[in-house]
Amino acid sequence: MSDNNKMTIIATKGTFDWAFPPFIIASTGVAMDKEVTIFFTFYGLNLLLKDTSKLKVTPLGNPGMPMKMPFGPKWLQAIDFGPKIPNVLWNIPFADTLVTFLMKKTMAKHGVAKLEELRSMCQEFDVKFIACEMTVELFGYDKSDFIDGVEFAGAATYFEEASTGNHHLYM
Amino acid sequence: MADETLDASGLNCPLPILKTKKALSKMDAGKILDVISTDAGSVKDIEAFCNQTGNKLMSTVEDGGKYVFTIEKV
Repeated sequence: MSDNNKMTIIATKGTFDWAFPPFIIASTGVAMDKEVTIFFTFYGLNLLLKDTSKLKVTPLGNPGMPMKMPFGPKWLQAIDFGPKIPNVLWNIPFADTLVTFLMKKTMAKHGVAKLEELRSMCQEFDVKFIACEMTVELFGYDKSDFIDGVEFAGAATYFEEASTGNHHLYM
Repeated sequence: MADETLDASGLNCPLPILKTKKALSKMDAGKILDVISTDAGSVKDIEAFCNQTGNKLMSTVEDGGKYVFTIEKV
């Protein structure tokens, strides 16, 4: 495989919704004959946890998120509650849990892959996962918190990975 | 007549592509794979996938929201 086929992604977001783009682009990249490395840093480390149940999507301060019901009568499913509900109300306890549950339901209805499925597909396709060692220590993680097959390294290693190829994304 | 058939009905992006990649990787060159998909986005995506990977898209048939892509593995 030529060096030009290399692709890297820096994954920095740790919420349930933003966990998808890095894994979707990485797995598709391999399908398109690229050799892909993802460097997970700061909140992006959440994406490598064995237990992904802590990944939530929040409607709080997230005005871009459409909020439609994944079930119920058609007229109800057509309503976008996002702009209708005052944002301050999302301070209620368990709002994130509820909204994450509804987003998972919506995704399942649309045949979107589960997060763990996309992640294991990436591993099966030999996408290289590098966890930023500095932020692992900064946030007090133990290396056993993460799935198998993760390398631990720093920014210089990212640069070495990104020194070839012409496709480098920050997410 | 296809050698293998992959039913990706009900699956959304990027799963039809990922499953196509997996199915082709298990096949010998020259063999024919039929991919069935209900994802309208896969029409452009399967074409892009074949252009990029060199596999040959022999035909695309649409029938009432169901797509059948016939691909020859290189």
